[in-house]
Order: sequence, then structure tokens, then C-alpha cells
Amino acid sequence: MSQMPQPPQLSACPTCAEPPQAGDRYCDQCGADLTVAAALAAEAALAAEAIGDRREAPGGLPDAHGDLPDAYGDLPETYGDPPVPPRVNGAARSTHPDPEPDDYELAAPASGGYGQVVDPRAAAALGAPGPPGAPDGSGMHPGTHASTHTSAASSTGSGTGADPRLPGGEHRPRCAACQEGTIDQDGYCERCGHAQARERDHMESELEGVAAATDRGLRHHRNEDAFSVSTAALPDGTPVTVAVVCDGVSSATRPDDASAAAAHAASQTLRATLPRGAHPQQAMNEAIIAAADAVNSLALDTGAAAPHHEGQRHQNAPACTIVSAIVTSDILTIGWVGDSRAYWVPDDRTAPPARLTEDDSWAAQMVAAGLMSEAEAYADERAHAITGWLGADAYELEPHTASYKPDRPGVVVVCTDGLWNYAESAEQMARAVPPDARSRPLNSAQVLVGHALDGGGHDNVTVAVVPFPAAPGRAGSA
Amino acid sequence: MAHFSTPDAPRFSVEVYQNEYLPEGGREVNAIITVTSAGGGATAGPPIPAPGAYEEDPGAYDGVSGRGGASGRGGASGRGSASPRAAVVIMVDCSGSMDYPPTKMRHARDATAAAIDTVRDGVAFSVVAGTHKAVEIFPGNGRLAIADPLTRAQAKEALRSLSPGGGTAIGTWLLQADLLLGSADAAIRHGILLTDGRNEHEEPERLRAVLDACAGRFTCDARGVGTDWEVEEVTGIAAALLGTADIVADPAGLAADFTRMMETAMGKEVADVSLRLWTPKGAEVAYVKQVAPTVEDLTARRVEAGPRAGDYPTGSWGDESRDYHLCVRVPAAEVGQEMLAARISLVQPPPDGVGSPPSPLAQGLVRAVWTNDLAVSTAMNPQVAHYTGQAELAQAIKQGMNARKSGDTEQATAKLGRAVQLAAASGNEDTAKLLAKVVDVLDVAAGTVRLKAKVAEADEMTLETRSTKTVRVKK
Repeated sequence: MSQMPQPPQLSACPTCAEPPQAGDRYCDQCGADLTVAAALAAEAALAAEAIGDRREAPGGLPDAHGDLPDAYGDLPETYGDPPVPPRVNGAARSTHPDPEPDDYELAAPASGGYGQVVDPRAAAALGAPGPPGAPDGSGMHPGTHASTHTSAASSTGSGTGADPRLPGGEHRPRCAACQEGTIDQDGYCERCGHAQARERDHMESELEGVAAATDRGLRHHRNEDAFSVSTAALPDGTPVTVAVVCDGVSSATRPDDASAAAAHAASQTLRATLPRGAHPQQAMNEAIIAAADAVNSLALDTGAAAPHHEGQRHQNAPACTIVSAIVTSDILTIGWVGDSRAYWVPDDRTAPPARLTEDDSWAAQMVAAGLMSEAEAYADERAHAITGWLGADAYELEPHTASYKPDRPGVVVVCTDGLWNYAESAEQMARAVPPDARSRPLNSAQVLVGHALDGGGHDNVTVAVVPFPAAPGRAGSA
Repeated sequence: MAHFSTPDAPRFSVEVYQNEYLPEGGREVNAIITVTSAGGGATAGPPIPAPGAYEEDPGAYDGVSGRGGASGRGGASGRGSASPRAAVVIMVDCSGSMDYPPTKMRHARDATAAAIDTVRDGVAFSVVAGTHKAVEIFPGNGRLAIADPLTRAQAKEALRSLSPGGGTAIGTWLLQADLLLGSADAAIRHGILLTDGRNEHEEPERLRAVLDACAGRFTCDARGVGTDWEVEEVTGIAAALLGTADIVADPAGLAADFTRMMETAMGKEVADVSLRLWTPKGAEVAYVKQVAPTVEDLTARRVEAGPRAGDYPTGSWGDESRDYHLCVRVPAAEVGQEMLAARISLVQPPPDGVGSPPSPLAQGLVRAVWTNDLAVSTAMNPQVAHYTGQAELAQAIKQGMNARKSGDTEQATAKLGRAVQLAAASGNEDTAKLLAKVVDVLDVAAGTVRLKAKVAEADEMTLETRSTKTVRVKK
């Protein structure tokens, strides 16, 4: 249990302030996902560490160091070990120094009463309203936090589902199906059992110069994809746009948690490193490693608790794919693991579009090895078996990165196979992308999701549309 | 990560195997629930001893766990503390028939001595001689003795007084055991019962009533020695009291069997665990069966536990894993909808008997998702398919053996043939071997068999007693 970094850190639900039981995954009271909150808290701590910001509390965060009793006092008495940071097989390759226990001091809230939010950054990151009496959560948003040193223009949006927006304890929601039952911690009606609509079923996000949309699709019962989009400024003041898209591996446990954690961690890392002037390809590599670490640490809470029978020891480790694009005024950098893809679609549709990624998949390997034609390989039922992923049972993490210097404006389409199954080739994708994609990225993302749903919506669909060059809205300054 | 507060107690985990996809209008949801308890004193890392916990809660730390890093807490400390962690009563048949052959009584005596040797220090124990009445052989004061080298030696000495003579009234033995176990205030309460004959000196209804009264108060393993006992009686006792049943055809095998039984009893760490089942409004529980290590239908043993929830008893647990088959019929919903068909949790009663509701030791979710994709909704989960076959196997053996006894050769051949087929297909080799002693197998795959003309009584009874033993899915 000493390998379990996150759960002990939350002594209150970030959404409704109910103190959780040891080991709870969801809040008893409001159903908020505590593991995500805890992971976000840890990530926030890591990000803060990464930019050397351990001591300076942003405005509005009163005495972060004086309130340890609350952070630790509610923990079960076996909590004898100091919190250990995530370090599954990523310890060696992690670029972040392991946070010291007092990193978590930053998390301590101002008014440390019973039932208060322990880590306001987690609450802020969740997009949840701060509890009464707690300091204004917006001042502690991880993104803003990181950007106080770097860029005031940094902003973020995510489709990681870590945004339950559930009402507080006394106003428990009622079942949408029977109108009577209350909702249990797993998202089902306590009376009729019907699953409630989940935040992640359909999500959209638009920032200046980038947009993304995700949908559960028509055949799957939950959305296991996640995305994160953000913008920031490079040291020279020029804008940079980041999009991350992840697809949870359904055959593993908690694929939705895996994709959410990965998208969040990668985005968080890029927002911290790019404004400091990191080389985009290097930053991309670090971001994918951070995402892998975040997914790995999820396996700790399932792995430690449940003894498995021989032979299925590893089958439960959460896993997901990742694809990410960093777009600046002159370069676009792509990174990926798995079979989620990025496409280049120029504004001038007479110019050739291009696929920017090579799948880590059975089909791609067959084609690359010359054993099958592309048509044959993708017709095979094994086509989508992926050969690379983020997760605790991945043999070896090999992030792929590539940089491009397009000679004309266009958009990067970053997507999961839920979309590209219905627009596989670059030409097909270019036909599906509206002509005004660069000026209306959200509309384009919606159109592309619609394209997949019209085609049958067999899988979760997620797409981010990133105009090149970065931030056309601010093109004049670039 | 469920239990920070009790680092030394075994950890339970629940795994659910199911095909959650139902066709349009589909209502029946099947799932195999694997419950595993592991840990106890031997979990990773030294437990963090809470000061004073030992005194306040001897039940959690005391005596019995001699494994792993826990040895420091073992020993004779049970003697000093308020109540022992576990209590065991051995009931030995001393009816007149135990004298035929005379070696039977001698073997029973030796087996009991071996079992006494296996009782760990600090555990409360007693020996009862059973005839048409129950007589305490040791310690004999209406209470239990606390095991240590001296009391074990005294108990073995007392076994000399075990001598055959009298009838058989098993209900009186169990009532005596209940009385003794009740006096000990131990968390784990267990009986071991040995009989060689039919329960001739009391009405079957009387035994049934006693079993009903004792159910939930203690667990009990039952053994039949020789071949003059009634399979249904012995398996009925074990089923009612959540223990194991078996045949020891040769009395010489008793000592080894008793030692094993007592070792298992000593390994129990958590008692009175129930499987709590929540189902949505409008749902019906078709059945709840334990399907591994043996088939045991628990459906009728439901005790209501709040709105839409019921508890099914599972007895006490050591380091072990059991599988349950749950079948629930839920109201149909539209394609694309998802419903929680059942929530399974493992619960213990509150420590003081009443008061706060027990917190689950572990839980799992059984879901229903309606789809119009027939390829996914028609697929049968391999675990569900396997255990459906194992339950049918047990049923086929029972029906086949009953038909055989009543002279219905045709029915017996058909049922036992089906059993042979199922046992082979599922890899249940032990049962296949037992079947081969009762029938000549002509074609395994087709289930073609011929009843053997002459079958040893012991083979017949062994097959009947062990018909409910299952194997797990081949990996």
C-alpha cells in the first residue's frame, strides 16, 4: 500500500466536501470521481514542481503551509508512510523529480475545517464550484498557476470528463429514468438501476484557435475517449496551441480513467514546458512519458487491492492510446502511441492532404512488413489490435514524434479511430473536413463527429481541430 | 485498497464475469462472481500495529495466524485475553455400529487425536461423543478448553473413554455443540461431525429443525465413515451449516482427513460473511448459487437486508476463493440503455450484533446493456457457460443415481451419460473418474454409457457425495 500515491491525499470530496471512506473511488454523497481528483492533485503538484513553483502561492491562497493537520488528520491511522509519488516502471525515465511530501502542502486549504476541500487545485481542475468558505478556486487553477510565471494568455479546455458538476450533498439528483431514485456512487439509480447520462457522453471545448468534440457514439455504453486542448505563449510571445486526444483500451479496466488521466497529464506537461522554451519535439516526448506515468499510477490502486488468479495478473492494468499536436506559427509537432491519428488538411483543397502518424497496430505492422496490402490488412478482424499503448502492462514505451513545416495554412485533425474508421485515407478525411475549418474549428469538430455518427458510430468518437498557423485570431501579432 | 484500518484482516476482492449485452427485450442477466479473500497475517509488508488494538480487539490479532510476519502475535495469548478467536467442537459417533469392525472405533479415536494435535494454541475446543444422546468427553464441564500442550494431552487421554454403544441421534450432538460454542464468545465457531450410520433415533424433522436452529450460529463439516450412512443426511448437514461433506470409506483414512479439516478450520479468519445482493426495482432474483468449489444453491437462504437488498450466508473465510453464479431478471429497457442489474457486496455483521450497518468488505457490479448487435448479445460468457455446465453435471449425477436406485435403467443411462459428457468437456477429471466406477464409458464425447452390473457401495456413495464438486474454467 505504500505504493499507492493518490487516495490518501483527499480527505474530502472536491465537489461536495463529503469525507470519503478509505479506498473509495467515487464520492459516497455526490458520486464525483475521487481517483481523478486525487490524480489531478498529484499532477498539479508535479507540474508545480516542474516549474520550480513550490513556494510561491498564487494570490488568494492563504498560508499554504500552516494547515497540515487537516490534510493528514483525517487519514486512517495506518497512513504511516509519507505519500509516495507515482513511480511505476516510469521512475527511471521520469523527467520530474519525485515530489517531497511537503509538496502536498500546497494543497492544504485555507480554512481547514472538517469537510473542507483539501486540495483546492483538484477542485478547480475539476471545474467544480469551490465549497463555501473556501478561497476562490479560479486563482488556483493548475493552468493559471503554471502560467503566472510564463504567460498570462495561457488557457485550457478539456474533455477528460473530470467535470462532474454534480450538486452538493443535500440536493442529490434524481434518476432521469424513474424520477424517484437517487443516484449511487457508480452512476446508477438506487431504485431502478438505470445508468444516468454521464458528463463524458458528449463534450465539446473551444478556445481561441483550437476546438475539440467527443461523443460516446451509438454502440458503446460509455465514452472511453478523452481530450484536452489548450493555448499558451512561447517565450517570444508567439502563440502555441496544444491538442491531446486519448482512446481508452476497452479490454482493460477503467479505460475511461486511463484516457482522462493521460490527456490531462500530457496537456499539463506541455503547458508547463512550452512556455519555458522547450523544444517542441522534446516537450512532446516528455508529455507522453508523463501521460504514461499517469496511466501507470492508476494501475496501482486496482493492482494492489485485488489479488488476481494466475494468468490474469496483468489483464486489468488500465491502458489507452495518445495522439497530440503542438502547433506554433511555423511548426507543427505530432506525438503518438497507439492507433489514434493526426491528419494534415490544407485550406487549399487542391494541395495534397496527409496522414501525419503511423499506427501502432497489427494492420500497420502487417503493411509495414510487406505481408499484406493495406486493404487486406484493414479488412482483417485483427486490424485494430494495437501494438503500442500507455499503461502499466506496456512492455516498452516508445513515443513517436515528428515535426512538420507546412508551407501553407490548413488544419490538423487529431482524432481517435472512432472518426478515422469513417475517413481512413487523408483524402477521405480532407473531404469530411468543412472548407472553413480554420476559421470555425468547433463547427468542424462537430461536423466530423457527425460524420462518424452518420457512418454508424460504432465506437467513441473524438476529434480536435487545430488551425495552422497557431491562433489565427491573433495572427496579426505573430 | 479498501481497508486501511484493519491491516491484518484478510482482504476480500470481487470479480464479475458476465456478458452484459442483452438483445432488445432481453431480461435475464447471468454473472459469475469470484470472491477471493487473501492476506490475513501474511500480506505484503509488516502490518502497522495500532497501540492497544491487541487488547481491544483480540479477535483480529489473536492466536491462530502462525503464518508470515504474524508469528509474534500467536502463541498462548488467547488464554489471557477475554475470549478466544476460534472455537471448535469435534463430534464423534460412538453408536454401537462403530464396533463393526472394531477397528472403526480405533480409527475414529486416532483421527480425533490427530485433529486435536492440529488445534492451535489459544483456540477453544471440546470433544463430544455422540450416540442417541450427546456426552461431553472433554473437558466435560459444559465449557470449552483453551488449547495448549497440556489441554491437548488431557483431551487425547480422555479419548480412551470413547466406546461404542447406543443409538444415533445427530440432532442432539449438534445442539450440544451449539451450546458449547455459544459459551465461548469466539468469532469463528466450527464443528466437525463424524458418523458411521443413519440418524435412526430421531425423526428427520427433528434433525431439520435442529439444523435450522443452528444455521448461522456455527459452521460444520460432516464426514461419513464406512458405507452405512445416508448421503443425503451428511450432505444436508454440511449444506445447512456451510461446511464440507465427504465420505471416508476406509476408516484408516480418517486421521489424515481430520487433520486436513482441522487445518482448514484453523485457517479461517473471518466469520459470518454474507453475500449482499442489491437488485433494481422490478427485478427478480432467479437464483444465487455457489458454484465453486462445490455447487450449493443459496437462493432460498435469502434474508432481507433493506430496500431491494438481501443477504445470502457464506460462512467463514480463510485464504480462499469461491465462485457464485447469479441470475437476475430485470425489466427490459430500450436499446442503448444501461442498467445496474445487481450490486454484489460482501458484508459482515456489526461487531456488537446491532448498531451501524456493516461496511462492505468488497463489491462488484453486474450490468445490463441493451444492444441491437446480435453478435455481442448472443455471445455467452465463458465462465457462465462453464458453471452452467458444472451445475447441470451435479444435477445429472443426482438424477442418474436416483433413477438407478429405483431401477429406471433408461433414465439412469441417459443422465449418467450426460454427466460423463459434461465432466469430460469441462475437464472435471475427478468426477469423470468417479463416474467411470459406476458406468462403462463407450463414447465420452457423445455421452454413451452402459450401467455397470456390479458397483461397490463405496464407489456409489463417493460419487453421490462428491457430485457437487466443480472445477474452475480451464485457462
